[in-house]
Amino acid sequence: MPSTLVEKYFRTEKLPQIWCPGCGHGIITRSIASAIDQSGLDKDKVCIVSGIGCSSRAPGYMDFNTLHTTHGRALAFATGIKLANPEIKVIVITGDGDATAIGGNHLIHACRRNIGITTIVYNNNIYGMTGGQYSPTTPKGDKGTTAPFGNIDKSFDICSLASAAGATYTARATAYHANLLTTLVKNALANDGFSLVEAVSACPTYYGRKNKKGNAVEMMEWQKNNAVNVAAASKMTQEQLEGKFLIGEFKNKPEPEYTSEYQKIIDKLAKGR
Amino acid sequence: MAIRERLSGNEAMAVAMRQINPDVVAAFPITPSTEIPQYFSQFVANGEVDTEFVAVESEHSAMSACIGAAAAGGRAMTATSANGLALMWEMLYIAASSRLPITMACVNRALSGPINIHNDHSDSMGARDSGWIQLYSENNQEAYDNFIQALRIGEHDDIMLPVMVCQDGFITSHAVENIELLEDDKVKSFIGEYEPDHYMLNSKEPIGVGPLDLPAYYFEHKRQQAEAMKNSKKIILEVAREFEKLTGRKYDLFEEYKLNDAEIALVIINSTAGTAKTVVDKLRANGVKAGLLKIRVFRPFPAEEIANALKHIKALAVMDKAESFSAVGGPLFAEIKSTLYGTADGIKIVNYIYGLGGRDVKADDIETVYSQLSDISKTGNIGETYRYIGVRQ
Repeated sequence: MPSTLVEKYFRTEKLPQIWCPGCGHGIITRSIASAIDQSGLDKDKVCIVSGIGCSSRAPGYMDFNTLHTTHGRALAFATGIKLANPEIKVIVITGDGDATAIGGNHLIHACRRNIGITTIVYNNNIYGMTGGQYSPTTPKGDKGTTAPFGNIDKSFDICSLASAAGATYTARATAYHANLLTTLVKNALANDGFSLVEAVSACPTYYGRKNKKGNAVEMMEWQKNNAVNVAAASKMTQEQLEGKFLIGEFKNKPEPEYTSEYQKIIDKLAKGR
Repeated sequence: MAIRERLSGNEAMAVAMRQINPDVVAAFPITPSTEIPQYFSQFVANGEVDTEFVAVESEHSAMSACIGAAAAGGRAMTATSANGLALMWEMLYIAASSRLPITMACVNRALSGPINIHNDHSDSMGARDSGWIQLYSENNQEAYDNFIQALRIGEHDDIMLPVMVCQDGFITSHAVENIELLEDDKVKSFIGEYEPDHYMLNSKEPIGVGPLDLPAYYFEHKRQQAEAMKNSKKIILEVAREFEKLTGRKYDLFEEYKLNDAEIALVIINSTAGTAKTVVDKLRANGVKAGLLKIRVFRPFPAEEIANALKHIKALAVMDKAESFSAVGGPLFAEIKSTLYGTADGIKIVNYIYGLGGRDVKADDIETVYSQLSDISKTGNIGETYRYIGVRQ
């Protein structure tokens, strides 16, 4: 029997989902549903948009208005939806390849505009759907099917990228830190402007296997042991932080949202008529 | 001695790429072509090729990188499918009009939407007017052979056009078959060194590639491009003859299968030709004069040759694994009909759309088509020309 949360927010007839055993994506998707539930949003006033990849299968299982778009373009579609219906809560579910490679340009410009879209990036450090090619978040030196001896590209820090590009809310949690993830997505949904939450997932099938990261449980343990909350990190030394990564809220600095700014122009010009 | 191997269609194309040892391969993963750059990146990592492999961030960038590399005088290649090809669209035209002989492995897949990863020809058929030479392959052997020949065709001085080598996604790309490979040195000597007349990294002759071309000359450049496409038919045959000397495998603009004395026939592209051939054999055993014509070269379209090969046919079915939404039939149907207009007007022609989005095409389906052709041939009644096979009503 599915839980009441699953019953309420998922297209249960579409389950079970297609993700590999041990994939972190299911946990992340549940966290998003949980955050929506805790935010008390009306299901019919939420639109979830995705691109292409493992992450982007998520909205297919979620019982909201959903739109599955083309590779990298979820934010472009979402921008159209938000502009046409500013009262709708628009959520984008995307992956590291979808959001930061083929869709990288859309990402920085959505951030820059501070348009009211909540973006959740499922980061599994690899192109999972097509069989484990390295992505812009594959750590330098790690392997992918297109980098059998290690990737020489520097990886993106998605949250820093979004913060620098103008997103007004950025945060990171992991599939292991599912409750924190729910809280962060809830906070992101409360921000009127552009929010980005990076959800560190685990891909035991490709990234894990290619890089000897162990099985699904060991990959979750890695998340548990290596994630450091930003608050705790401020009291730690550089040496203590070596090899660790930060989770928690990085930026929460509301600024005027794009569609309301747009409305102001419309109102101003309408007055002159 | 040729090398006997067992390879999937994707492996076969990746092996061809390794033997060619191009200067640049730029690609982005997309099902079902992903394996080609993936196998190839292993060859790069193993030091088996000298190629610069660029794992770009989108297919638009993959084609852009190939254009840059080719403009600089290098041999450049990529592989893609469906939406990947669609994202390259802008650059496809630029590659062709800049007269850059890039080679592409196009693993045919249904173009979204709705999203689907399985085979039909809507991707490459959509790109048919982009100025690329298009070669189609029934099986792994043809995919391999076409890929090697593609270089010689595209890089010929009279041509200088990019070439797209197509095969059916999953059906041949992922199916392992016996194959005969050429030895590496034979491929090397067959393709030769690529020495373009004009290229960007030639310090003795600085040139610009892709500048603004306004009404004063644009039209002439387009005319030249069209002339190159016209010339390519002859070169494709020359290259095929040379390839036959090397391998014993004969290639033409199209393949005629028991067509000489046929009364009813199909025109078909890629892997389903194999299915249709078994049906032809069965019908022939029962005394039915069935035949088929399998397109190898779709661009340039070998109109005169096809008209000549089909002129004696009584009833003809044109098989399209793509819709064109022209509301009068598929893209191959339009070509064949216009080819036969004024040259073989007596033929009764119908169009069948089949196998969209990976819908299985069985020998029974093909047999149904031939039996309907027999009826048309006997009665002279064509009925509806825009038909479907294997779709729910």
